[in-house]
This record gives sequence, structure tokens and C-alpha cells, in this order.
Amino acid sequence: MALKYEDVIAKYEPVLGLEVHVELGTESKMFCGCNTVFGAAPNTQTCPVCLGLPGSLPVVNGKAIEYTIAIGLALNCSIAPFSRFARKNYFYPDMPKNFQTSQYDEPICVNGYLDVTIDTEEGPKEFRVEIERVHMEEDTGKSLHMGGATGRIHGADYSLLDYNRAGIPLVEIVTKVITGTGKYAPEVAKAYVSELRDILRGLGVSDVKMEQGSLRCDANVSLRPIGVEKLGTRSETKNVNSLRSVERAVRGEMIRHAELLNNGEKVVQETRHFHEDTGLTTPGRSKEQAEDYRYFPEPDLVPVAPTPELIEKIRASLPEKPSIRRKKLQDAWQVPDKEMAAMINADVLDLVEATVKLGADPTRARSWWLGEIARLANEKGVAAAELPISSADVAEIVVLIEKGELTDKLARQVVEGVIAGEGRPSEIIQSRGIQVVSDDSALMAAIEKAIALQPDVAEKVRGGHVPAAGALIGAVMKETKGQADAAKVRELLLKHLGQA
Amino acid sequence: MIKKTATEMASSLKAGEISSVELTQAHLDQIAKVDSEVHAFLYVDSEGAINQARAIDEKRKSGADLPPLAGVPLALKDVMTQKGIPTTCGSKMLEGWRPPYDSTVVTRLKENGVVILGKTNMDEFAMGSSTENSAYGPTHNPWDLTRIPGGSGGGSSAALAAFEAPLAIGTDTGGSIRQPAAVTGTVGVKPTYGGVSRYGLVAFSSSLDQAGPCARTVLDAAHLHEAIGGYDKLDSTSINAPIPPVVAAAKDGNVKGMKIGVIKELQGDGYQPGVLKLFNESLELLAQQGAEIVEVSCKYFDYALAAYYLIAPSECSSNLARFDAMRYGMRIGSGSAEDVMNLTRQAGFGREVKRRIILGTYALSSGYYDAYYGSAQKVRTLISRDFENAFKFADVLVSPTAPTTAFKIGEKANDPIAMYLNDIATIPTNLAGIGGMSLPSGLAEEDGLPAGFQIMAPAMQDDRMYKVGSALEAALLTKWGQPILASAPQLGAK
Repeated sequence: MALKYEDVIAKYEPVLGLEVHVELGTESKMFCGCNTVFGAAPNTQTCPVCLGLPGSLPVVNGKAIEYTIAIGLALNCSIAPFSRFARKNYFYPDMPKNFQTSQYDEPICVNGYLDVTIDTEEGPKEFRVEIERVHMEEDTGKSLHMGGATGRIHGADYSLLDYNRAGIPLVEIVTKVITGTGKYAPEVAKAYVSELRDILRGLGVSDVKMEQGSLRCDANVSLRPIGVEKLGTRSETKNVNSLRSVERAVRGEMIRHAELLNNGEKVVQETRHFHEDTGLTTPGRSKEQAEDYRYFPEPDLVPVAPTPELIEKIRASLPEKPSIRRKKLQDAWQVPDKEMAAMINADVLDLVEATVKLGADPTRARSWWLGEIARLANEKGVAAAELPISSADVAEIVVLIEKGELTDKLARQVVEGVIAGEGRPSEIIQSRGIQVVSDDSALMAAIEKAIALQPDVAEKVRGGHVPAAGALIGAVMKETKGQADAAKVRELLLKHLGQA
Repeated sequence: MIKKTATEMASSLKAGEISSVELTQAHLDQIAKVDSEVHAFLYVDSEGAINQARAIDEKRKSGADLPPLAGVPLALKDVMTQKGIPTTCGSKMLEGWRPPYDSTVVTRLKENGVVILGKTNMDEFAMGSSTENSAYGPTHNPWDLTRIPGGSGGGSSAALAAFEAPLAIGTDTGGSIRQPAAVTGTVGVKPTYGGVSRYGLVAFSSSLDQAGPCARTVLDAAHLHEAIGGYDKLDSTSINAPIPPVVAAAKDGNVKGMKIGVIKELQGDGYQPGVLKLFNESLELLAQQGAEIVEVSCKYFDYALAAYYLIAPSECSSNLARFDAMRYGMRIGSGSAEDVMNLTRQAGFGREVKRRIILGTYALSSGYYDAYYGSAQKVRTLISRDFENAFKFADVLVSPTAPTTAFKIGEKANDPIAMYLNDIATIPTNLAGIGGMSLPSGLAEEDGLPAGFQIMAPAMQDDRMYKVGSALEAALLTKWGQPILASAPQLGAK
């Protein structure tokens, strides 16, 4: 029987540390001119430099530096006038040089913060997450372990290597130790990654797709008994590939740690892998025998020394902050705070905005994304954004409703069809034969049939008992297979029975 | 013809007295004749060289305006990549590897119409001072086949001394161009760090490695320097400035009024008396031409060797990590990737390479970094300061290039420290990133073997070395009545 979350937070204080890796959306790699487009055939986007062939040398991508400075500025960091790359030495087949070119003790951005707001029962709460550093590094290639049961390197028959990803520019954003969140630790973690993602998207520096790995979060979690100063032993959970997972992983690790501590056992300092399906983590590499990476300054690269003019130019071109953007949207749409928070929490704000931009009414757009679509997402255990329905689809549906060509009930069928992969809304309306029955004579026929079947009810209505009409309207809707506009049916029925 | 200078060959080509195909063939014939004794080459690209020569001849016939060295052959140290041509770095690890790209030096040689004859022998991954560390057997000094031709670039220097090529490319991390030049009676220049692109130079120690020209005369070296030098956007550490006017300086050769600083710390104990005698005679010749000789002190040079043997191995331990059997080169064993890496690295690297990888791995380890790598970097700064101070008193600094003449093959093979001491006079310039040149100072009276005179200049003032080198070379030629290599024994009698 798993420990209850309430029992965990009654006894322990969670301490977090979040490391977010972002693949930058530059056209070329960090140290060579190779293309960075995702999904190309294996090893087609490589050259002597990113393959680490003998004699090749790296050259820093200037765009990547500008992007990183922009990220640092957006996160309120100081930009170092002088920073260097270092080599992180370790052997692994997917790393062509057997060292990763990264920044170590001289990162480009330091000491920033990000304020995040979470929605609680007591109303919105703000937390400041302090940022220790933002630094640049290169991504590794990908190993595909073939054969064996687990898909992991142990037990595999052989491995295939794809170096397309090797050398893609990565930015790592590392928080300072996050304390004081109490029971809200999982929500703060999620809100931080969500806010960070919005900032990065606003900057246009990355496509921030967690499911494709262009934004990856490692969550460090430890517990200490409430009132104790000394930090507990942490675990580092990797493979957290969605906002929802960030929250689940932190919560899950808190419970796991608490169970160990309650049983008098020790938390092992190790890397853990998060499993999307179970929401649990399993141990990865133990860090007890910490690897010695033998860092030293990369002699093949000159220091990065951005001029104050460049920094100011980038600062001047920063887009507005997501919090300001959200405030503007809220005002324009006239959304109550509660609803706004719900949209942010369900991560549908961008989707609603896109839907509105395509011509949908803000209130209707919001209620679809937060209502029916959110419900279906919940059923499937995924985020709304991951469902195969686009803002264009929803906009099309909302516009049809406004024109009276779809009822809410019919629209739900269309949404379901889009998600089932049957096509665009117009195609589904066609193929499923969905249409609003607005032909008065067809409706009148159905009304008369309903009256004939329930003459006593009709008599009551004629006698002035209007609420009884519901039973007749229901019958008409049933007769027309839900394709009639209920309001229209009511209007015609009451008129027919002399009550209009 | 093969005994002429590269500059003379270029004139003959231009005048139409000889074709590049004929000139190239003459060198290929000489290689066929003497290389079984010298073993300067690891790979001879006869077909490629003749094709390149033919293309140049055709261009010349069509009346095209060709660069100065067009059609002149050259030997390339096997540490430089040339597309499609085996590049082994003297190691079993890279046996059979044919790089898919040209190094920038090779690109520029091709642009300049220089004909590449083949790849020359070297100490494995440029680690050594004798070319005995080559996995493919040692190169023999043309002056005495029982002796070493210097290292790591012994193949390039021996090829010049044996008239197998009039020009060669070397690389110099701690003296690998200059010390081989000294012991073979040839000229070798390590340009200012960043003066010649390192792109395609298989790295030994990135912050010290520098490619440069090897030749039989100072002017030939200058022409080659201008052909391969200059900024390269593929090498972040290359200097974005014009190449110093080295050809003009070599042609000028006027040292009147120049101050020449003799470094106190680079003479005395450990230097062969005959080598020092030749050095002092050279100084006298320069003084006779109007140069002022002054003495300078660089007190931190005593720590240079120790700092070098921490920095170079540290960088090499990282640079050589990529040789792991996963993508190219040797692969030994089966089983897990880790097993294959271990077995391959065990079998593929020679003793000296392993020694340095282990040294470097240790020096970079957490807990030791500050004491070793960190301290070595501080010494490096102090040595740069020594040079800066010395250059306040002198336009160039000079010393013997190496403490001794060529030693016997096998003599120091089991004494790494004695071997390392060979580079005591050349290492400081690498640590400071400045230029250094070696040219022959004569034959030592004890053994009749060549010795070298080293000239060092401030960063990007490489032309000063050429000016002084050219002056000394001319004075010595007048004194001897013939080039030094005219005294070398005849090869190919066997």
C-alpha cells in the first residue's frame, strides 16, 4: 500500500533542482554546418566535424550564442563578458570524440530567476525559481540497441548508431536548489517547465517539443524532515517527456523517498528513468562512484566574449514576457481568473489563442478546449495538445456552430471523429452524414408524430403547462437522431400547441 | 635537377626548361632509389602526383598565370589528411584509414599547384623526437643511416636531406619541425600559433600543435609558408590577419641594426660542445653583418619541459579518446563496445602514446587538476612573460635548436627523459605560441653531423626570423662555398 501524498508532506519538506535541456532551433549544428532537421535518414546529416573524424575542428555557431544570450536575458541572468567551452571526457559509442564539448566552470549566463504562478485552493500562488546557470553544449548521437528484451544496452545483441543528432546545439538551464514549495513541489516543477517552455517558444529559439526531445527535463528530488536544515540525498529522474510527467515524476519520487525514509532505509544517489505508462521510476546509472569527467578548457575553441553592444541589441529585441502576453489575452477575451488558470493548467492557452486567431469566438473556443477535448484527453491519459486535433479543426467546428450548421451535440460527434482520425471536420460531417435538420416541414412531421404518440402530454402543454413540452422535444430529437436544433424544435412545438 | 632549391625548380618550370611531370618523375625515381635505405615515406602516391603534375603542365601550356610553387613536388607528413590518401599518423590505430576530406593545408597546396608525392613517416601521433616511435619502423638519417633523423617529423626532414622532395610539410608541437631540421641539415619553421590552419591536422596537443614549412633553404620555406598560411574559418584558433611578409623578408636578409638576443638559459650544460661552437660562430657572422648581439635571461624556461609534459599529455589523452574502433581505423575483438574499445586501444597504440595518455589522464583527474594541469598553465603564462620581457631587448631570440647532433637509433629508446630533453630549446616557443625557425649552423667537429641554429620571433612577426635566417644562411654559404647538404654522403649505392 503506497504512502499517501498527504502523509509525505506532513512529515517532509521536498527540495527540488531542475535541469532543462533545450535543443536550439538553429539551422546548423553547434560546431559545424550540418543541417539540424529532425527525422532525416540515419547518418545523413553528418560531416567530418560532427563525426569527430581525426583532424577536424569545431567552430562555434554564432546564432547559437545569440539564442543562448536571449534565453539568459529572458531569465533575468547576467551575461558573462568572457566564457569558455570545456571538454567533458568519457567514453560512449554515441559520442564521436569521446568527449562532449560543453561549458563547465565558465558558463555564458548566470544568476537569474523565473517567477511562476500556480493555481491552488487558496487562489493563485507565486513562487520564484532561482536560476544558477544557462550554458551551451552539444548533443550526442543516438544509440539504438537491437535485440534483447529491454531495448537497453545490457542484453542487446548489437547497437546501431545515428549521429544526426550529434552536435545539435543544446542549452542547459539549471536551477538553484528550490525550497519552500511544500506540498506544491510537483505543481511548481510543472509550472516552471511550462513557463520556461512558453518563454523559449516566445523567443523563437527552439520548437520546445517535449515529445520529440527538443525540451527535456531532469528532475532532482530530495526530502528532508520538516525543520531540518541539512539536505537529503537526491535522485535525478530523467526521461520526463511531458509537462504532466514532470508533475507525476516529482510526486512519485517524493512518495518513493518518503517510503524509504520511513522504513529507515537510505535513498541512493542515482539517476532514475521515468516510465510514462506507470508513472514510476526505475534505477539507471548509480552515481555513488561519481564519474571523473576530467574537464579542461577546450583548446580548439577561443573564448566566447560577446560585446556589450551585442547583448544590448539582443535585449532590445526580446519579445514580451509570457505573463504579460497572458494578461493581454485575458483582458481581450474577458476571461475570469479561475478559467484563465484552468487553461494554463491544462496547457491549452496557446491552442485557444490559435483557435481564436482562426476566427472562433473566444468563449466557445475556450469551452471546447477545456470541456469536451480536455475530457477526451483525460480519458486517454494524455495532454490535450497531444490529441490529434488542431486549433484549425476546432475553429472550423466553432464557426459551424455559430452559423447554426452544427449543434453542440453534433459537434461532439465531429470532435470525436477528428480524434479518431477520420479526417477534417468537413470530411466527417460529409462521411457521417451529420447535419442539422432545420427544414420546418421535416421537423413538423416529427412533432406531429410525437404528439400522436403522447396525446396526454400534448394536452397538458395546450393547457398551459409548458415544462411538460420537454418530453415531446426529447421525442422529436430522438426521431431526428439528434440532428435537429433543440431550440428550433421547441419554438415550432410551442407555436403548434398554441403556447408561443 | 633534384638537388636544386624549390625556388630554382619553380623558375625552371616557369621558363619551360622542365615540365612538372619530369620534375615529379625525377623525385619519384629518387624515392625508388633511396627510400629503401632512408624509409622517409609511408605512402607514395606516384599516380596521383603525376596526374597533378600533368594538370599543372597543361594549365601552364594554356598560358594561365600560376602561383609561385606550381608544379613543385612536396612530401606531406602523415599527420595531415588528404582526401582518399591513407593517413596513419605513424600508428597501427589508423592503418588503412583514408580520410574523406582534405586538410586546409592540403587544400591550399592544391590551390597553389604543389604536387603531393606522398606521406612521410613520423613518431606515432607526433609523439617523439626520433621517428623511432613509428609503428611502421624508423626513418634513417641520410647523413648516417644508423642515426635518427629527428622527430616527430623525421620522415619529412629525411626526405629533404635525401633529395626525395624539395619541400615538405611538418607539424611542431614541441620541436617536431625544428629538431628534425637541425639534425638533417635542413630548414624548418614553426610559424606563430594560429598562423597556419590546423584543420585536418590530426591533433596531438591542440594548444601547441602548429603546421609549418620544411625546406632546404630559408627562401623555399618562405614560399611554402605563404602558400599554406593565413586565416581559415574552419579553425577557430587561426589568426584573422594577413600572413607576415616572409618571402620579402627572406629576399631582404638585411640584419644591420637588428638586436639579436641570446637566451642564457638555452646553452651550457647538456649541450654538445661542437653544437655550441657552431652556434657562437653563427652569432659572429650575424654580428659581422651589423646585428647587435645581446644576452637575455628567461628564468622560467627551466620549468618549460615539466609544464609541457603535463599540458601536451593532458590534451592528447582527450584528443586520442576518439580512437575507439567504433567508426574508423583498427578494430580488435568482439563482444561489448567497451571490450572492443579496450582491446583495440591496447593493441593499436604504441608504448609512448600509452605513456602520454596515462600521464595526461592522471594530470586531469579530479583532485590533481590544480596541482598538475593548473600549475602547468601558470608556468605557461610565466614563460610567455619571459618572452615578452626578452623581446623588449631584442628583435629576435636565438639558441641552438637541439642540444646535440643526431644520436644513434636505439640509443635513447628506453630512456624517455633523455629523449624528452632533446626538445628543451624548442618547447618554450610552443608554450608561448610564438614562431621559431631552425636552419643549419654547420657540422659539429666531434662527429661531422649537422647542427641547428634556432631563431625565435614575437607572435605574427615571423618575417623577422626569415630576415635573420636568410642573412645567416647567405653568410654560411659564402663561408662553406657550397650548401651543407653537398657534404652529405651519397645514397642509393646499394
